[in-house]
Amino acid sequence: MATGVFSSTRAKISERTLRTDKWWIQPLITFSVLVAFIIYATLRAFENGNYFAEPLISPFYSPCLSAACAQGSSLLGQPFGIVKLIGMTVSPALFILIFPLGFRMTCYYYRKAYYRSFWMSPPACAVAEPHSKYTGETRAPLIMQNAHRYFFYIGLVFNVLLTVDAVLAFRNPEKQWGHMSVGTLVLLANATFLWLYSASCHTCRHTIGGRLRNFSKHPLRYKAWTVVSVLNHKHQNFAWISLLGVAFADFYVRQVASGSFTNFYFF
Amino acid sequence: MTIEIERHKYDILVIGAGGAGLRAAVEAREAGLRVAIICKSLFGKAHTVMAEGGAAASMGNVNENDNWMVHFRDTMRGGKFLNHYRMAELHAKESPDRIWELEMWGALFDRTKEGKISQRNFGGHEYPRLAHVGDRTGLELIRTMQQRIVALQQIDKAETGNAESNIKVFAELTITEILKEGGKVSGAYGYWRENGKEVLFEAPAIVLATGGVGKTFKITSNSWEGTGDGHALALKAGANLVDMEFLQFHPTGMVWPPSVRGILVTESVRGEGGVLTNTNGERFMFKYIPDVFKDKYADNEAEADRWYVDQDNNRRPPELLPRDEVSRAINSEVKAGRGTEHGGVFLDVSKRLSAEVIKKRLPSMWHQFYELAGVDITKEAMEVGPTCHYVMGGVEVEPDTAAAVGVPGLYAAGECAGGMHGSNRLGGNSLTDLLVFGRRAGMAAAAYVKSAGTTQVSQSAVQAASLRIQAPFTRTGGENPYKLHQELQEITHNLVGIIRTKTELDDAIVKITELRKRIANITVSGNREFNPGFHLSFDLDNMLLIAESTAKSAVLREESRGGHTRDDFPKMSTTWRQINNISSFDGTQVNVSQQPLPVLPKELFDLFDPHELEKYMTPEELAKGGSN
Amino acid sequence: MARKLNLRIWRGNKESGALQNVIVEANEGEVVLDVIHRVQAEQLNDLAVRWNCKAGKCGSCSMEINGKPRLACMTQVSSFPEGEEITITPLRAFPVIKDLVTDVSFNYKKAMEIPSFQPPVGMKPGEPRMAQVDVERSQEFRKCIECFLCQDTCHVIRDHEENKSSFAGPRFFIRIAELDMHPLDILRNRKKKAQEEHGLGMCNITKCCTEVCPEHIRITDNAIIPMKERVVDEKYDPLRWLGSKIRKREGIL
Ligand SMILES: Cc1cc2nc3c(=O)[nH]c(=O)nc-3n(C[C@H](O)[C@H](O)[C@H](O)COP(=O)(O)OP(=O)(O)OC[C@H]3O[C@@H](n4cnc5c(N)ncnc54)[C@H](O)[C@@H]3O)c2cc1C
Ligand code: SF4
Ligand code: SF4
Ligand code: FES
Ligand code: FES
Repeated sequence: MATGVFSSTRAKISERTLRTDKWWIQPLITFSVLVAFIIYATLRAFENGNYFAEPLISPFYSPCLSAACAQGSSLLGQPFGIVKLIGMTVSPALFILIFPLGFRMTCYYYRKAYYRSFWMSPPACAVAEPHSKYTGETRAPLIMQNAHRYFFYIGLVFNVLLTVDAVLAFRNPEKQWGHMSVGTLVLLANATFLWLYSASCHTCRHTIGGRLRNFSKHPLRYKAWTVVSVLNHKHQNFAWISLLGVAFADFYVRQVASGSFTNFYFF
Repeated sequence: MTIEIERHKYDILVIGAGGAGLRAAVEAREAGLRVAIICKSLFGKAHTVMAEGGAAASMGNVNENDNWMVHFRDTMRGGKFLNHYRMAELHAKESPDRIWELEMWGALFDRTKEGKISQRNFGGHEYPRLAHVGDRTGLELIRTMQQRIVALQQIDKAETGNAESNIKVFAELTITEILKEGGKVSGAYGYWRENGKEVLFEAPAIVLATGGVGKTFKITSNSWEGTGDGHALALKAGANLVDMEFLQFHPTGMVWPPSVRGILVTESVRGEGGVLTNTNGERFMFKYIPDVFKDKYADNEAEADRWYVDQDNNRRPPELLPRDEVSRAINSEVKAGRGTEHGGVFLDVSKRLSAEVIKKRLPSMWHQFYELAGVDITKEAMEVGPTCHYVMGGVEVEPDTAAAVGVPGLYAAGECAGGMHGSNRLGGNSLTDLLVFGRRAGMAAAAYVKSAGTTQVSQSAVQAASLRIQAPFTRTGGENPYKLHQELQEITHNLVGIIRTKTELDDAIVKITELRKRIANITVSGNREFNPGFHLSFDLDNMLLIAESTAKSAVLREESRGGHTRDDFPKMSTTWRQINNISSFDGTQVNVSQQPLPVLPKELFDLFDPHELEKYMTPEELAKGGSN
Repeated sequence: MARKLNLRIWRGNKESGALQNVIVEANEGEVVLDVIHRVQAEQLNDLAVRWNCKAGKCGSCSMEINGKPRLACMTQVSSFPEGEEITITPLRAFPVIKDLVTDVSFNYKKAMEIPSFQPPVGMKPGEPRMAQVDVERSQEFRKCIECFLCQDTCHVIRDHEENKSSFAGPRFFIRIAELDMHPLDILRNRKKKAQEEHGLGMCNITKCCTEVCPEHIRITDNAIIPMKERVVDEKYDPLRWLGSKIRKREGIL
């Protein structure tokens, strides 16, 4: 039976949308960029190499937790030893990527982005979606989206670690402090974007003050909430910038590690 | 052709779902009666949503010196002492309670630092007095009342299983007639706008809360609903209208483009330094300062400009004269051929203030002109002209009960009731008027119903009402309602407008009579399903009665006061101050007679400085010092 | 500077209907509602359309213009390129009555299902003291003019008639948020109800409601997501759940 805009009570119009603008461009772009990122990230995660060039470590591989890690790259030790699956060494990236991945998968902004561009639910506003049934986030697996705050907490830990990585990058390859290279800037920028992404997160906004009923009784949290609210308005931008930032930081480290780029030192 | 008629029986019918109607319904329901609320548009869309500035109540939150006596004085002054004193008194005394009550129903007004309801300054109010929510106070008021109704319905649902057991909203239903048996109200007749089906309501009491009459005029800030239905229904039911010559023209409505003609341009534009000029580039307001204001208003540009930076040592710019003065001045400029091609003058803030300041201080105006007129007021001048805004005249009522004089069972509150505002309404007084008298009407109607027995509507009355609804469809080859509406608006605009003369008014009366004959011959195309042409044919009949009543009252009142200006009688008259013009309808035409205005009782009289009263009252009145 | 407009207006009723071509003049500065009125006065006297204020304040003139849910009184004719055809239809999420008028009673039913504001017992009129910062969040939601454009565009019901019984829609999510954030409201089960009865979980935060809201209320960011977070606090966050149990037992709450 016809449902939605073709239900029997609705105005009889045969088009699924009468929009005349190029409404499909936005989802198409989102789709393309996300797919490109996924392909790149997958390739890199399985590459299991070219992620460390003293003092730079790729954000895809930090913290590097397995015994397969490149020498000097394991800041937090190697609790996993070497894990093999069907005879192949599992890339250290795979132990950790689940967390940033989960963080972004459950992010309110990315949800919008992929529901629209991948699920087409809806592809654009006032454009009929192709599904005949819809239950939203009320049942498994999508009800798991409610775990976003846990990923947010873990995301904060990652932000700290990646910030440490950026600080460590103020050294030269001989581990002497007081140096700075293009790589330092790249890692610093990456960490900054990640912090902005986390700070602008809706869960962050809720936790820091949003859940209060009376702001006036909590002036400090109110102040913090107003700041986070301003950032939150730009959450979408930070989501994209930080995503591209991570990819670029990884790409830069890869090029340096593989010897394609020389990491230029300012001092 | 027999048409099946839908029938309903209620204790009280409230016609109108604006602030006044909803407040009346809440009160009647709380008195334990079954209420029907009827409105022409969807629930929550009544004209009250458009009110911006605020609701006047002397809560004294911002200035402790404010109290009901100060508010009462301001209201009487504003109305130039033609107000019914008792209404103004009740209004001033009860407004604060009505506002506080809204808060208990969920309204969220802007706050002061101490957390009380904030109040703002407004023309004619001595202290900051208008409770407000940004510039959308009317929306807050109507939404709160709407949600209060829903809350009551939820209680009923919990008790009876049916949410609509005690209050039911009949939205998009037009009432065309009030029915009476034995001289008393027995019900009302109307049709669903959606399908044209006819509906009979049987009820011993009716509260009219149908709002204003703006659509009778060509340029108005009112919506399509402002067709004076309540005024006309009351007239036809045998009630009177009081002082229908008083209409408030706001000096600055938009005039161009046509799409926005009449939409309000807030007074703050002038307050922030907006300057009025004609097409010669002349700042004309200097020519129009009346003698009584000469010592308060600057007579040269240099001084007027200095006022914005130093208000203590300079007189105010004449752009800030009272609304009626500015309206008249703009009107004269346009009549003298110095207006724009669209019949307005220029209002410019761009020369005095920087773009950022304009956007900060007048955000909604900037937005309004940018979105609706494509005019960037930070760079260009606005085109403005007077717009018909509010009708002070209305159904003659008993102040304490809001009962319509002469028709047992009929009540009127809100803009469709007369008397409260005298010859000129102060900004902000309407919203509290709705609440104060809406409540009183609901209360009195409930008491009436409890004491009066039930009534029955006779079959013949129903048939007559039904025939009238069918009529436009049975005729062929008659007049187009849209065209007639336009003609009526031309007549009122040109002849019964801001500035009136006897010859023009006489002319208008003749033309209105002619129009009435043609209206009897309207034909409507299409069928009864949501047919705007059909709807207009009824509204038109009402507007014609309003126009007739206004024109006939205006020609009689030989003075200029508040919202009534006679070119041939430019002064206020102390004799006319003591007189109300009372319109009644004899079935074929409106007749206007004179009636003495109730005299201020001594205790209210004594609230005023006698020197002030000298301007309005005769020496005999002053000597008497009010009634006892 | 008049121009000729090619309109395609949907005309019909419950049973049938079609887009009808109309050529009409439009003057400088006019909005779509103006030209509809001209069509009504000059060509199609019985063309049904709802409107009231013509100033974007009442939310009556909701319709779809070139496929987008909009207020006709706030849509400038000049925003369409010269010569382009403009298609005007009724809202497509609600049952049609006639021409551009739809039956929006769904929304009034939903309004009835949201528990009303409940002030503290014994509080008297005039007593409330509320700080401006505490009322501001709810005030944003009270700007709503009930145009129901957000309800119309929300795919949960626009595309799935069967969801109407279990989904209140964005307009009522902001109502729930307004009350849950209201400094005086004492009902404490609004979050739970939002999830279990009003269908908050069906919203997939795709933000179309925010895109169409003529009052620029940030429906998704400021009402829906915060409500979703509050629901998590109450229903899905084991740590907070534990915390609130302990605090309750120790009488801290
Ligand atoms: C732009 C603007 C700004 C304003 N700003 C302010 C302000 O800041 N402060 C202030 O105090 N006042 C202000 N006013 C005035 C004030 O808004 C109105 O006077 C007031 O809202 C009228 O309310 P009401 O309840 O009498 O009627 P309305 O709100 O006009 O409601 C009338 C009701 O009656 C119904 N109705 C009419 N005829 C029929 C019929 N035949 N059958 C069934 N139902 C019918 C209508 O559908 C509607 O529901 C402003 C007015 C305008 C136009
Ligand atoms: S954000 Fe949620 S409520 Fe808003 S349109 Fe999308 S699904 Fe509907
Ligand atoms: S939230 Fe916005 S779009 Fe939805 S009904 Fe209110 S004003 Fe309209
Ligand atoms: S909402 Fe995007 S990270 Fe939390
Ligand atoms: S007519 Fe009121 S919003 Fe368009």
